[in-house]
Amino acid sequence: MSQDIEREKQITEAALTTTDAGRAPALLVDTLRREHPEWLGEVTVAFGEVTVVVPREQIIHLCAHLKVAPGLEFNMLSDICGADRGVEEEPRFEVNYHLFSTTKYHRLRLKVLLNEEDTHVPTVTGVWRTANWHERETFDHFGVIFDGHPDLRRILLPDDWQGHSLRKDFPLRGYEPYSLT
Amino acid sequence: MSVSTTNLPPQFEVVDRPLDTQMTISMGPQHPSTHGVLRLELVLDGEMIVKCTPDIGYLHTGMEKLFEYKKYQQGIVITDRMDYLNPLGNNLAYVMAVEKLLGLEIPERAQTIRVLMCEMQRIASHLVWLGTHALDIGAMTVFFYCFREREKILNMIEAASGGRLTPSYFRIGGLMMDLPAGFERRVKQFTDNFPAALDEFHTLLSGNRIFQNRTKGVGIISAEDAIDWGITGPSLRGSGVALDIRRSNPYSGYENYDFDIPIEHGCDVWARYMVRMREMAESLKIVKQAASRLAPGPVKADAPKVVLPDREAMKTHMDALIHHFLIVAEGFNVPAGEVYHAIEGSKGELGVYIRSEGGAKPSRVHVRGPSFVNLSALPHMVNGEMVADVVAIIGSIDIVLGEIDR
Repeated sequence: MSQDIEREKQITEAALTTTDAGRAPALLVDTLRREHPEWLGEVTVAFGEVTVVVPREQIIHLCAHLKVAPGLEFNMLSDICGADRGVEEEPRFEVNYHLFSTTKYHRLRLKVLLNEEDTHVPTVTGVWRTANWHERETFDHFGVIFDGHPDLRRILLPDDWQGHSLRKDFPLRGYEPYSLT
Repeated sequence: MSVSTTNLPPQFEVVDRPLDTQMTISMGPQHPSTHGVLRLELVLDGEMIVKCTPDIGYLHTGMEKLFEYKKYQQGIVITDRMDYLNPLGNNLAYVMAVEKLLGLEIPERAQTIRVLMCEMQRIASHLVWLGTHALDIGAMTVFFYCFREREKILNMIEAASGGRLTPSYFRIGGLMMDLPAGFERRVKQFTDNFPAALDEFHTLLSGNRIFQNRTKGVGIISAEDAIDWGITGPSLRGSGVALDIRRSNPYSGYENYDFDIPIEHGCDVWARYMVRMREMAESLKIVKQAASRLAPGPVKADAPKVVLPDREAMKTHMDALIHHFLIVAEGFNVPAGEVYHAIEGSKGELGVYIRSEGGAKPSRVHVRGPSFVNLSALPHMVNGEMVADVVAIIGSIDIVLGEIDR
């Protein structure tokens, strides 16, 4: 019991000494750009958050690297969410990966941009298992297809649902009343 | 009349030697121990679970779509209905994300009240978890004791905001209104009496041999697996990882409060139980500190184009009346950009992603619900356990279907 309390104190102190959580990834992303320039696209820092646009072919390589890279250690995938930038926009869809480190406490957002005709992204379920349901949800809402996903089914909407509900051209009230029978 | 067996799906076919085969049963969505409308498809070998497939979406109401059609201030009402046991936490995550986009500074008093209310809400949420978790395992008395205590918190939330379950108390730029007169006294009364109630829960459960046998060594998930599955909150701390966003990435002034992060190393249902029980005591510490720091001051940010003016100012000042009309009729303009703001909800990391293209309505709002992610690890936890342990494990990860299905 006393060991536990001691250990908690150490962890708490370590957490309290963490410095500016938003700045660290920005600096480290710069070093990454020197080593693997093909992995990173545009990097923006806004509202204290770092966003990196990633070519979709590189997303698995980059994620696998970020998960273990010393100094980054993004061992937790907080969230994946899709977004529709607008029917007229090109590229139309984006997939946002929100990474978090349970040791360094910093965050990073990766962004993959997709054209409407070709909404395929490689899955990152091999890197973090939690990606499974997030990718299913993104597929369900936006029709983004995650290549290599072990179980890419609809998750929130019924299996026989037509269309993808969070696309901007999908009407708020749907096309017709949905019936279970 | 005989039942035809020709058109049945394969898992329901009649077999000659039933003991040699696996059986598929559907648990839920009406099962009371699934805490809502969760359906689990369980493949059983005898009483042992071979495979578990959660089926969710029964409560899907398209909230994320609805956000895009509502003004920013109208979205607060939607967040109340996601995790209905922790509505103030949802309010906070959402308004803080919008405030991040707007770059608003929140006055000291408003921040303190937010912390105070959120921690009371956390206790209330944990009380519902404790009552239903114990009820699932067979201890009925605890349920009534928990709801008795929770009622006191809900009454206070109602006194402050007018709503018990859907308070919408936090607004973009501050609070709906200041606390009512005599609120500090009620908080003091609650904080004085709650430790005795917490002791009562411990007496009923912690030393209970049946409860211990049902929970110890059940539903094990190691720290590495828990992080890989994205588990956060008390469920992660039950696996020995001291991660608490209130401490690691403080928001709303949490860095000024003195509290501990309880962790347990058991990785099982019992460890998660102990973490939440200890967490209630820690939340109570924060409530006391926040209540003692309530200094008089404004509860709304000084941003006339975003925050609704006071009623009195509207009657005497022309510009206040104009701003009020514009905010209500047209909303306020939020600069383009995207933010992800995460807070420590009562169940784990509650993150809100907002993408704005300017204007009064968001382009996309996404909520990273802790229950959604924690539930995705359920198949990992129940694998190889007995079917009766499934209810104990579901109870221990504390899910709310309103947030999972959104």
